Amino acid sequence: MSLLSSSRTSFQEAPWQLWTAQLTAFVQSEVKRIFLKRRSVWIYLVAFAPVAILMLKGPTNGRDLEATTKQMAWLFQVYYLHVAIFIGCLGVFTWLFRGEIVEKTLHYHFLAPMRREFLVLGKFLAGMVTTSVIFALGVFGTFSLLYAHDGAIGRAFVLNGPGLGHLAAYLGVTVLACIGYGSIFIALSLLIRNPILPAIFVLVWENFHSVLPALLQKFSIMFYLKQLSPVSVPAEGFWALFSVGSEPVPPWLAVPGLLALCAAILVFACFRIRKVEISYLAD
Amino acid sequence: MTMENNQIVFEDVSKFYGEVLGVNRVNLALPSGITSLVGPNGSGKTTLMNLITGLIKPTQGRVRVLGLTPNHPEQFFRRVGYCTQFDSFPKGITGQKLTKEAIDRVNMGEASSRRIAAYSKGMRQRIRLAQAIAHHPTVLVLDEPLNGLDPMARAESIALFQALGQDGMHLIISSHVLHEVDKISDQVVLMSYGYVVAEGEIHGVRSEVKEHPMQILVRCTRPNLVASRLFCQDHVVEAKLQVDGKGLLVRTQNADQFYLLLNRIVLENEIAVEAVAPADDDVNSLYQYLIGGSSSGGTV
Repeated sequence: MSLLSSSRTSFQEAPWQLWTAQLTAFVQSEVKRIFLKRRSVWIYLVAFAPVAILMLKGPTNGRDLEATTKQMAWLFQVYYLHVAIFIGCLGVFTWLFRGEIVEKTLHYHFLAPMRREFLVLGKFLAGMVTTSVIFALGVFGTFSLLYAHDGAIGRAFVLNGPGLGHLAAYLGVTVLACIGYGSIFIALSLLIRNPILPAIFVLVWENFHSVLPALLQKFSIMFYLKQLSPVSVPAEGFWALFSVGSEPVPPWLAVPGLLALCAAILVFACFRIRKVEISYLAD
Repeated sequence: MTMENNQIVFEDVSKFYGEVLGVNRVNLALPSGITSLVGPNGSGKTTLMNLITGLIKPTQGRVRVLGLTPNHPEQFFRRVGYCTQFDSFPKGITGQKLTKEAIDRVNMGEASSRRIAAYSKGMRQRIRLAQAIAHHPTVLVLDEPLNGLDPMARAESIALFQALGQDGMHLIISSHVLHEVDKISDQVVLMSYGYVVAEGEIHGVRSEVKEHPMQILVRCTRPNLVASRLFCQDHVVEAKLQVDGKGLLVRTQNADQFYLLLNRIVLENEIAVEAVAPADDDVNSLYQYLIGGSSSGGTV
């Protein structure tokens, strides 16, 4: 009982206003930095590559709505989830701390009167906002162009049919993917000096999680994301490896499950940053 | 307020980088005023500074700064500022944005709106110093703060350090410009190979170095008479007449007895004394006696 009351007291006495102000200011400056830096150009290219291709390609004659829906599902699951968002998050989130170490500027953050946990949270939120906006815009552009090419039928599908629901689901899954992969990569960057090898392991784990036992599948971001996608990609041939083979999980469980997994990873990252030392020469 | 709450305290602190020794079994209690860390490259000065500010953690022991630890950065870094040696800044930042208040104090007002990337080395050094003092810390840790400064900026910085030290701040400074450190330090910590070789007020540390007799320069009339009287004493090891015939350099193992004797000789023989000054109780001499080798050219 005394532990509970002391916890309540320390919670009430915590400087929430200061913490909120610090976190807000930090996230704002980080978001600006990530959006504007030259290093982010390739992420824009990866996110908007399908949009550019669709714009160049123009409308396809004689295609039905079902083919468009399948094409969107394939583009989203295979290109965006497995490739674009994965490597985009890898590039952004691993560089959040590694970049500061390489540029020898991390000590400025460590010498500020701000808890190190807020550095993790702030950088994570900034990375999440940036990647979510960039990839959501890419997905939105792809979706819009694909259905725009179908003319009146496409517009009717989006505006009067289930199209808007699909779009909302795609955008939601995009944000969740950025949260999921972001949490993994920010934790990896604090744990391992060169996160490329672990990133390859994560890539293999995420892409081939369906061959794992049911319990282990739940430790995959892709497991939850596939469940939430509005249209499933047919598991045929080689792509069968990328399809979920376990019991489906309802969205009300998949979303909190994914967020809980990410929260656990972030808590680990917060503990980890307390032990991080500045040793630029060793890096 | 307890004593520890007003000091920077190292309690049996060791730091190892893998198998490489950073510092070993350091026990220090640094009061307010200017403390200089002196020692050759790799002696552990920057390690001590990084330990004070929590940029690295001790392998063993504990460090407390005014009773605080870096585990509570909200309180700790309101009272501690650190001007590191790292010549790097977050990209795209201007001097003005990095620190607003302290810019005038380091005489960087005109350049503050320019990007730091375009600053000279000396300007970058001064803006780092401004960044470290911007929040009016109680403890200021300065790693080689005079590096890259021209003579004018160096003199201004030293004057600033002295002013801050007189305000009751704790200043921990490492510098390779020994005579300047000597001028401004209230106490020194001499380091070698990760060990604290000596610490304390410079003159006190000097008097503890028994194997090297104190050198005292006496500028006076009739120095040969003074020298002959001094030679009778056991504690006087050497008395060397100055080339101009207006003084002598004495090496003695007991400075107190020497001063008493000198007073007597001067009064008895009506000798006019122009100056009496210790010749080797500076940081440079201490460095040479305790650590060995020449200080010139190396970073200490």
